[in-house]
Amino acid sequence: MEFERREAPYVRPPTSVGAMMREVLYALIPAALAYVWFFGFGFILNLLVAAMFCVIGEALMTHLRGRPPEAALSDFTAIVTAALIAFSLPALCPWWVTATASLFAIVVAKHLYGGMGYNIFNPAMAGYVVVLVTFPTYMNFWTAPRIGDIDYHFLNLYETARYTLTGSLPDYLTFDAISRATPLDTVKSGLQNMLTFDEMYSNPLMGDFGGRGWEWIGNFTAIGGAWLLLRKIIRWHIPVAVLAGVLVPSGVMYFLDTGVHASPGFYLFSGGTILCAFFIATDPVTAATSPRGRLVYGVGIGVLIYAIRRWGSYADGVAFAVLLMNMARPAIDYVTRPRIVGHAKTEAR
Amino acid sequence: MSDSAVRAAPTFDLGELHGGVRLPGEKEKSTSRAIQVVPVPHQLVLPLTQHSGNPAHPVVGIGEKVLKGQLIADSDGVLSAPVHASSSGKVVAIEPWPVSRRYGDPAPCIIIECDGRDEAVELAEPVVPYETLPPETLLQKILQGGIVGLGGAVFPTAQKLMQASTLPVENLLLNGVECEPYISCDDMLMREQALAVLKGAQVLMYALGLQKCYVAIESDKPEALHKVADVLSELKDERIVLKPVPTIYPSGGEDQLVQLITNREVPSGGLPTDVGCLVQNVGTAAAVYRWICEGEPLISRVTTVTGDGVTMPMNVLARIGTTVADVVAFTGGYTDRAEQLIIGGQMMGKSVTTDRVPLVKATNCILVMSHLTPPLDERPCIRCGECAVVCPVVLQPQELYWFACADDEVKLREHGLIDCIECGCCDLVCPSHIALMASFRQAKARIHELADEKARAERARRRFEARTLRREIEEQKREEDLAEQKRAAITAGPKEIQEMVERSKQKKRPISRTKKGPED
Repeated sequence: MEFERREAPYVRPPTSVGAMMREVLYALIPAALAYVWFFGFGFILNLLVAAMFCVIGEALMTHLRGRPPEAALSDFTAIVTAALIAFSLPALCPWWVTATASLFAIVVAKHLYGGMGYNIFNPAMAGYVVVLVTFPTYMNFWTAPRIGDIDYHFLNLYETARYTLTGSLPDYLTFDAISRATPLDTVKSGLQNMLTFDEMYSNPLMGDFGGRGWEWIGNFTAIGGAWLLLRKIIRWHIPVAVLAGVLVPSGVMYFLDTGVHASPGFYLFSGGTILCAFFIATDPVTAATSPRGRLVYGVGIGVLIYAIRRWGSYADGVAFAVLLMNMARPAIDYVTRPRIVGHAKTEAR
Repeated sequence: MSDSAVRAAPTFDLGELHGGVRLPGEKEKSTSRAIQVVPVPHQLVLPLTQHSGNPAHPVVGIGEKVLKGQLIADSDGVLSAPVHASSSGKVVAIEPWPVSRRYGDPAPCIIIECDGRDEAVELAEPVVPYETLPPETLLQKILQGGIVGLGGAVFPTAQKLMQASTLPVENLLLNGVECEPYISCDDMLMREQALAVLKGAQVLMYALGLQKCYVAIESDKPEALHKVADVLSELKDERIVLKPVPTIYPSGGEDQLVQLITNREVPSGGLPTDVGCLVQNVGTAAAVYRWICEGEPLISRVTTVTGDGVTMPMNVLARIGTTVADVVAFTGGYTDRAEQLIIGGQMMGKSVTTDRVPLVKATNCILVMSHLTPPLDERPCIRCGECAVVCPVVLQPQELYWFACADDEVKLREHGLIDCIECGCCDLVCPSHIALMASFRQAKARIHELADEKARAERARRRFEARTLRREIEEQKREEDLAEQKRAAITAGPKEIQEMVERSKQKKRPISRTKKGPED
């Protein structure tokens, strides 16, 4: 009897990239729900626009490169990029800003650098940084979270959709009326104006740790992150390293001078720290690959997040921190190679 | 009683093994009944290469009658092993036949038509107690028995022992781990022939003067553990210790077992003997016993026949040279899910194209399965690093893959490609379904090819340099001769000149440089 030859090992692969990316999307659902609760439908519309343009970008580029588009789209990585972009943008965001971020992320940061598996920079962060610098007015248009004792303006679905599509608010509102500083903005400008933390924290937008609303989003993001760890989609090294990289310097500075430095808890729960630790920095393609390398990479991101927030001119440093460490990643990988069994410890590398 | 013997060798003092994967064993079906003996078939196909090293060369001719256990091909060179007839009959051909070593492609084989009488040959030297032989003689005798490593590597056992005898080896590790899924022949061998295994270990220990033997058995083989413990307590050999090891693939690999049992790392490019250990499969030990103490050379072995492509999974004792088709027919034939034939286990076996291949010394398992993976499903590497987590050698398969694709020999060596044991753990866990094992095998072959090319280029360069040097010397000598002749011509008188002219007229050759001869 004759048989067909195959390559060893003769096993059914236990997982796939598509399955892993879908798990990441499921893990983002709690955070998404919290975001929508506090900041309105805008997030969902941003997500839809981002997903549409990420998919268009992916299909276009794979077609131009002569590859089958189904293979690239079926691994859901474009959707994950879209989700991370949607989490980074303000809830009220015109569609062309989201579209620019998405197209830049997929077309330039991903495919022009070689496509899936070859890109150096985190596509979502690269896309976000481009629109942050290009459309500063829209990117700084943050609104108040839905918390009972502050006046927030929750646009209904129609009004949100109208703003997303046309960039115009309802007649009874103006930009200045509804835009609020984020907690990070509050602290940064407060410090520049020599306010004490008691004075800053008396602002109703500030919660126990980070900003009100933002803390809850942080909690739900962490739930999603814990889910990823349990399912072994990600390993503990990068999240723990990023969080340590934020907590340790901020803890030290806080200990040295409480009046001038925000608490470590503040840095942990405001902005995108937790999202970065579990979902952004853990992007396997652009992160370091060995366990020690990942610790170094994560700590680098955490320290940079703290440094940019504390001393830089941008309120949140997550995107820049990630991109800077992406640049350092090949060197980190080279230096942190593990010792191979049977090789001496001090072998010249 | 046997329980205490099993517990007497605790596992907490085992070494650390990095990585590895826990796989479903798939061994229950094939271990549910005793080893069945396959009857001698009509035709035996005996490849000349059933071992690592040089093929054996035939010592019988076509038409010659042979007896069971008779030498039909002798070892050729330092690294080789002889082949014996597995039953009595007539040599009908010495020609290419599909073999599993070449995935179903042909290789030279001696084909014997059996006469059914299964008559054994008379031994050249009668069996004597091995303790009466000096160790060197014993090693030579083991060579004559055609004994090779039955764990799969089929390295000639005698040569392995001879190499070990030159080094300070202290421990014999009997490898009964059998960590690969589906394979259960060693398990059944230990259950049914534990005494032969342990007595074979004693022969090996005598041959090398070893004082300690560890019998390593995976914890998912309780029957084998108990049986070996029972036999050990009867043998009362203090030197032999039972060592249950955790059920992790690939803890049965030679280097991995050394690390697990003795907590020493085999140096890169080295052997277990470099750290004082000799590793032998339990089947090899039993084969040594059968040859040295009972006079039967290696002419049969226990093989697992399993998978959802055979109707009755089981272990069989079959004569070397029985075709896989005959073996499967004996066990009850194929099912409708017989889509691929694998000689070996699920992780490292060889997929062969035909069941005409014979069962050889290396055939530990005949695995017939349906296809589990669609071919050509590869995606780009996402650098998740799961492959590095499971690699037992602490390699970085994701980096090796990049360098293999780039054909970067320097980087491949630097990152330890030659240390890869080709276990397939990385391949298993890859979410992009990259054929890492195949890619590393190709890369290794490429590195050897490049090393060969380099060596050849080096030799060519040295030859060229030597030739250039030789030419220069010849050139110099000619010039000196010419100068000498010129001087002689000037100082010569008219008489000498006349003679020279006469000579040149006779020979019709001008007094100038000799023409250059043909290149050598």
